[in-house]
Amino acid sequence: MDTNTFLADNGVNVEALLGARQALSKAPEAAQFKWRASCEWIKGTRARTSIDSFFGLGEAQRHKQVHRVETDHPEVFAAEDHGATPVEIVLAGLAGCLTAGIAAVAQNRNIQLHSVKATLEAGMDLQGILGIDGDVRNGFDGVKVTYAIDANANREEIEALVAQSQKRSAVFDIITNPTDVSVVVA
Amino acid sequence: MTAFEAGAAGRRPVHGIDVVIIGAGHNGLAMSHCLAALGIDHVVLERGEVANAWRHERWDSLRLLTPNWLSRLPGYRYTGDDPEGYMSREEVVAFIAGYARASSASVITGTPVTRLRAEGAGYRVSTDHGDWRCRAVVIASGAFNRPMVPRLAADLPAGIAQLTPFSYRNPSQIKDGGVLVVGASATGLQLADEIQRAGRAVTLAVGEHVRMPRVYRGRDIQWWMHAAGLLDQRYDALPNGSDDLARARAVASPQLVGSRERPIVDLNVLGAEGVRIVGRLAGVRDGKALFSGSLRNVCALADLKMRRLLATLDDWATACGHADSLTPGERFEDTHIASSPATSLNLEREGIRTVIWATGFRPDYGWLAVPVLDRKGGIRHHGGVVDAPGLYVMGLPFLRRRKSSFIHGAEDDARELAAHLVGHLQAQSRRYRERMAL
Repeated sequence: MDTNTFLADNGVNVEALLGARQALSKAPEAAQFKWRASCEWIKGTRARTSIDSFFGLGEAQRHKQVHRVETDHPEVFAAEDHGATPVEIVLAGLAGCLTAGIAAVAQNRNIQLHSVKATLEAGMDLQGILGIDGDVRNGFDGVKVTYAIDANANREEIEALVAQSQKRSAVFDIITNPTDVSVVVA
Repeated sequence: MTAFEAGAAGRRPVHGIDVVIIGAGHNGLAMSHCLAALGIDHVVLERGEVANAWRHERWDSLRLLTPNWLSRLPGYRYTGDDPEGYMSREEVVAFIAGYARASSASVITGTPVTRLRAEGAGYRVSTDHGDWRCRAVVIASGAFNRPMVPRLAADLPAGIAQLTPFSYRNPSQIKDGGVLVVGASATGLQLADEIQRAGRAVTLAVGEHVRMPRVYRGRDIQWWMHAAGLLDQRYDALPNGSDDLARARAVASPQLVGSRERPIVDLNVLGAEGVRIVGRLAGVRDGKALFSGSLRNVCALADLKMRRLLATLDDWATACGHADSLTPGERFEDTHIASSPATSLNLEREGIRTVIWATGFRPDYGWLAVPVLDRKGGIRHHGGVVDAPGLYVMGLPFLRRRKSSFIHGAEDDARELAAHLVGHLQAQSRRYRERMAL
């Protein structure tokens, strides 16, 4: 492979991302985004979340279409399993965020990706959410993400991709650090 | 040239001079030396004494992170009998004070600058002992004027003592109980090591850091950085331009200790000493310290970057024919992380009664009334040439070169900025003469 002429194509428009980065560093107010979702209870533990509009670059923005995510619980929870559990959606968010980051970083480093697969596992002690033991937290006691990546790069370069993706990941930050959450009744 | 002005406090002297240098640390003195050599009339205003920060704002055991043979300033160098050693705080003070004497620098001590503002085609530097009107100013007041303490410090329970690297002197001043050291760059690493060895239970909160062995293949890491030219890399010659520069300027001090025995002190060593390693302090809630779950990744990043640096140095050694005179390259173990590092600690229950903020330092520009600060409070400059004609800054991380914040980094920066400054004075004089001729 001639590294002088090889141009990786992972389908990521890095020029646009770098352009946005440069523009937003000069106009920090345009970098202020608001992400939104609305959710409606259906029945039992089943609910439907719709994602449509968000705010950014100084104005209201819209997805090309409304995205819907149904959440429910599996039958072992005496539910009907119409959708993934909310905690699994959190794993999907983490996987989606890290994987997108890997593609972007690889593109920026001119690394061609052939396949990127992640498996995720999160431990949880149900004694927390069931209120059995107050010392047990409700959430995950740990998350393990394992990537299998086939790319035009050596192992160290691939490890660096995965590390850099975590460093710049929003969902990784949301999961690893505390966030102030306010839940109110309208 | 001195005049007097009426003011609220009576008559204030107003001196006229070509150049005022603010700060008599190694940078201000290096600039003074270079300007003197060029015959430029100048004065160095010093808030306290020569080498003030080293006298009053450093903990007892601190030593330079660079070996003595690397310590030199324009027209001056280390001449002691321990070239491989690392200067203690007192030795640094003596070195800088010796330089001030040797170069007969015109220093006015005990004179803090209260305000610097533009006036006419130059500047007015105000102090409690009078003002200086001048054509150019060199800000050499340092990059480490104030320890940074994160806002979440306010959320700590009232009974917990809080120290900064400015108020910490040695382990004996710490009250009984455990200690949480926040930050694992050079400062945090050194303090955690020292306090744990003094028999106190230390927890170290680790965010992004730079891992580096003190000695590699038998040579001090600073020998490598110096010899391979990494310390001489210029601000305007980095591969990815301003992006790389912004990153390089924000990088914290590497995990090094200056000590005659040249031990490698890293998170693995601290862990073996019994220091509890946790993630970045991310919050304090209900008396609990919350630590980021990013510990593994920040350590993985540091391990990867260290391996990359050492591979670069190996390549350089081979290419330059040094490889034969060096011991074989050793491989350092990756940072060990406990199987489930704590993400929250109840401070009271854990007996933690002291928190030390080793979370970095900031310059203090409270007196600077020239609009040259960016939105984060840093001075806008290009290699030390500030965005205001005739104003210069020195001693900031990677100001002109990777070594700019090192003692020996002042030499090249001072020579180049002094030359630029003289060019500015000459151009100004030429314009003035041309105007008069019209």
